[in-house]
Amino acid sequence: MEPDLHEPSAGISGPGNSRKEWKHPSDNWMRGFILANRAALGTLAVFIVMMAVFMTANPTVFTTWYLYSSVLTTLPVALFVVVPLVFVVTCGEIDLSFPATMGFASWVFALVVQAGYDPFLGIAAAIATGTLLGFLVGSLVVYGGLSSLIATLGMNFLLRGLIQIINEGKSTALTSLADSWAYKIFSSQLYGIPVQIFWAIGFVVLSALLYNRHRFGAQVKVVGDNPDSAQQMGIDVKRVRVKVFVFVGIGAAIAGTFSVMINFTWWPTAGDGYLLPVLASVFVGGTPTWGGVGTVVGGAIGAVTVSFIQTGVVAAGLSGFYVQFFNGLIIILSLLGHKWNQARYR
Amino acid sequence: MAERLIELRDISKSYGQVYALGGVNLSVDRGEVVGLIGDNGAGKSTLIKILSGVVKPTSGEILIRSQPVTGWSAARSRDAGIETVFQDRALAVQQTIVRNIFMGRELTGFLGWLKVNKEIEEARRLMREIGFTSKVFTPQSIVGQLSGGERQGVAIARAIYKQADLIILDEPTTALSLTETAKVFHFVRQVRASGRSILFIGHNIHHVFDIADRFVVLDRGKVALTADRSQVKSAEDLINFMEDVAHPGGLPGLHDAGDAEHRAR
Repeated sequence: MEPDLHEPSAGISGPGNSRKEWKHPSDNWMRGFILANRAALGTLAVFIVMMAVFMTANPTVFTTWYLYSSVLTTLPVALFVVVPLVFVVTCGEIDLSFPATMGFASWVFALVVQAGYDPFLGIAAAIATGTLLGFLVGSLVVYGGLSSLIATLGMNFLLRGLIQIINEGKSTALTSLADSWAYKIFSSQLYGIPVQIFWAIGFVVLSALLYNRHRFGAQVKVVGDNPDSAQQMGIDVKRVRVKVFVFVGIGAAIAGTFSVMINFTWWPTAGDGYLLPVLASVFVGGTPTWGGVGTVVGGAIGAVTVSFIQTGVVAAGLSGFYVQFFNGLIIILSLLGHKWNQARYR
Repeated sequence: MAERLIELRDISKSYGQVYALGGVNLSVDRGEVVGLIGDNGAGKSTLIKILSGVVKPTSGEILIRSQPVTGWSAARSRDAGIETVFQDRALAVQQTIVRNIFMGRELTGFLGWLKVNKEIEEARRLMREIGFTSKVFTPQSIVGQLSGGERQGVAIARAIYKQADLIILDEPTTALSLTETAKVFHFVRQVRASGRSILFIGHNIHHVFDIADRFVVLDRGKVALTADRSQVKSAEDLINFMEDVAHPGGLPGLHDAGDAEHRAR
């Protein structure tokens, strides 16, 4: 029996001191799982309650596959940016420039495809662009010592402005995409299910492992928790911070490319509509604003929740005017729930 | 005689015209707890910074295991096995004990993936080594759930993991309750028993007296007293000595009060 700091007889071994083996509560796998994933499970509960309310309002609509199919087409685009944003927020930063990065990277994709090259090359070029833009934004914030809230907001306007100036508001149609291999692999349907969702789930799973089981995730959390301590322990804090912005750039590039492949058209506004829903998803998902902790799976469930609000409100028979009201309601209720559900340690 | 881990000879440090340290001699042997006492501004923090290599001395000599070193730096200090546990504890309180112990030195395998089970095993071993075991927490408990003394335990376990031979504890018991202080003492004794050394810095003389094998009193940048445990009978001895050092000749009021007390006994 090991000595126990909380026992007066700590370290003193004697007869009558041998009691039966005691187990820590979190040694029970079920309890441990719930404690470790309480934020994600809370988000799941919010989603289930919300869907139950919608379904009771109009049960028949929710049995039609079309409703889910439309959500499953647009949801993946959001997932590719929600997940990297969880990393950014955990690191104690925020990135509001991802909509413009989506537009910019998918513009590069459109240009490459329009020039007659293979879409795979276009995807590679888009991801390279996203990486570069993420590095640019990250360096500006980290090495420039700027507030990420304001600097990334500025970059969002700046990049979007560049797109608008050069394209003068004109869109690009990419009809040749429909016959390409890239389209079949990334944007077609498999047994009636939009194939994007499988890629997005793969991305979420990989990112969740990166977050919980990889040095990168471990360092992101420590830097967001106590940067001074991380620095003292030899972690290159600035490098870790730049890396999370690069991760958002890559995610935004993939998201932008996917959105173009859904519509066969690139618009100069591509990505614009994602800013607020994606941010809401991260926080509805249970990642707190103060950094150090977060949940990738929770963020993904948050994205599903936010995606279903609009569809659900209309399907439940309410007019579209209710959408914003329900958006706000879900966000506020989730935040209250998470506040009650997880304590903040200092 | 025990191996001499580190020795400072005639170390001075001046910031411009101001002397922070003026010719300090200090040594720490293996398996020894040295208590460094001094008032605010006595030069304790400058001395810590010199030991950890953050600040370079203006003059003087540093010997590691009786070998003089040149080009003293933070990296050299770390290589020599010196780890400082700072007052603010430098812990990420929302993370687990494991994550704090391996902060910046994660145990990774293929492509940087964490060896989660190995880390937990290693953490458990380190915690057991300093007597930091309890059924209330596991290596996967969140540091924020621990008490102040237990948090010191996490910091000490982390220093041990870094193969430290000398652990500098900067005011480890300041702002801790009696039971928490007892926990820190428990860790310190375990560390000493494992053959490592500790430089225990504090301004609570009673705390330092309870734990140290040797005392060094620092006053205005100079060592005012070096004494073995056997030479000092009680904490009061140390306090009286420090009063003498602080007010040579005595503050009339203070000494009168002291004399009155003696007479009353």
